[in-house]
Amino acid sequence: MSLHQFLLEPITCHAWNRDRTQIAISPNNHEVHIYQKSGNQWVKSHELKEHNGHITGIDWAPKSDRIVTCGADRNAYVWSLKDGVWKPTLVILRINRAATFVKWSPLENKFAVGSGARLISVCYFESDNDWWVSKHIKKPIRSTVLSLDWHPNNVLLAAGSCDFKCRVFSAYIKEVEEKPGPTPWGSKMPFGAVLAEFGGAGGGGWVHSVSFSSSGNRLAWVSHDSTVTVVDGTKGSTPSQLKTEFLPLLSVLFISENSVVAAGHDCYPVLFVYDGTKGSVTFGGKLDVPKQTSQRGISARERFQNLDRRATSSETTEQGLESLHKNSISQISVLEGGKSKCSTFCTTGMDGGMVTWDVKSLESALKDLKIV
Amino acid sequence: MAKNTLSSRFRKLDIDEFDENKFVDDHDEAVDNQGPDGTEIENLIRIGDTMTAFHLALRNPPLNTKNPAVKERALAIVLRVLTSFKSSDIEPAVKSLDRSGVDLLMKYIYRGFEKPSDNSSAILLQWHEKAFAVGGLGSIVRVLTARKTV
Repeated sequence: MSLHQFLLEPITCHAWNRDRTQIAISPNNHEVHIYQKSGNQWVKSHELKEHNGHITGIDWAPKSDRIVTCGADRNAYVWSLKDGVWKPTLVILRINRAATFVKWSPLENKFAVGSGARLISVCYFESDNDWWVSKHIKKPIRSTVLSLDWHPNNVLLAAGSCDFKCRVFSAYIKEVEEKPGPTPWGSKMPFGAVLAEFGGAGGGGWVHSVSFSSSGNRLAWVSHDSTVTVVDGTKGSTPSQLKTEFLPLLSVLFISENSVVAAGHDCYPVLFVYDGTKGSVTFGGKLDVPKQTSQRGISARERFQNLDRRATSSETTEQGLESLHKNSISQISVLEGGKSKCSTFCTTGMDGGMVTWDVKSLESALKDLKIV
Repeated sequence: MAKNTLSSRFRKLDIDEFDENKFVDDHDEAVDNQGPDGTEIENLIRIGDTMTAFHLALRNPPLNTKNPAVKERALAIVLRVLTSFKSSDIEPAVKSLDRSGVDLLMKYIYRGFEKPSDNSSAILLQWHEKAFAVGGLGSIVRVLTARKTV
């Protein structure tokens, strides 16, 4: 585990390039900063200034090396590197509220933007006009779209939104791709069709983050009512939910077909394991530096002081957070191994820090942790 | 001329009802629970079987009903059971609940906090401490984010 403190402002969002030598982050303002790795240090190499509002999403396409950013100014820009300078191209999203999230599709011929206008803008490049065109998915989304994830077949899109539901849509654009084959989520996929809808029904909170597994058969999401839910498309449509005792989680990621890592307001990543045969989600372990237990005694005076201040005469005087991150974690991304067999992943948070986590060393450090 | 001679009927209109973007929650008209049975629970408390009274009180919570009287009645019954517990019995009672039971208990505890009476606060705080030990911060977050309240 290595922590790098980029700045003191929150890192709203981040994206890595293909060989993980460069990271694009937004320091909670209108700009994107690109840092280049040199040895053990990170050196700022570019500043992308075009947006007029806070940047809410960044995604870096690994193969075509293009960056797409979206912001609170209702715009999205596609950036391409020309002669060592990143040049922006405006994309007209036709939304009248802020954009909240952006993600390239697996084949990088389209990208999807979630927005506060209660719709998803799926954009593709029209080569006749040399222009990015957007198509909207509106029904039946009733509130802000918070998070998106593409299925590996490049057509299906999972969306988590503030109307307490997680849905799977078809984002099939006939101008840029062939008709997709049938999947466990459905076989008829015209653009904008809802193939599955989960959640709501009186319970639940805002769905902060969604993630497809690497095969695309499983979908996991985390919601503001401190729950994590996994559904297996091949096994019918009853999702398995775990009500956690933690604060709400903000980001979720599959690191293998059965294991899910999530992180949020508790400032440390947590592992959950999905058992396909039983259809249950169980808590796998807390992924963080092991606690250093200090064996020092506590004087009578301190005991009464603790009782006075905190109503407990407990031994540990927790002056600060014991986790690596000192504030909520807002995003997790895969560094190595893909979603099927992730060996390293990275988290960024509101404390301006970026931590890379190594799965093998976590498994050896925390004894009863098992990534199946 | 102080009196408005034109019609002021428009002032009685609730304009927000006509807003097309208004979020209308899913109406789950499913099971309309009437809340626990008061008399049976009273009997159990009288003979001292608080554990069974506790489990009975937490069954059939009136989550779906829009009638506030039903909810008040259920709340009163649950609070009666919670206040009749001895401090030492609280922990085993909480341990006997499953995860959704602990969440439901937390909902009732917070409802009980809303109207403190002479002897309810202290015992409710003890219930809260024990329920928190099992349910953690997540159970409290679920009380705050629940749209179907008790």
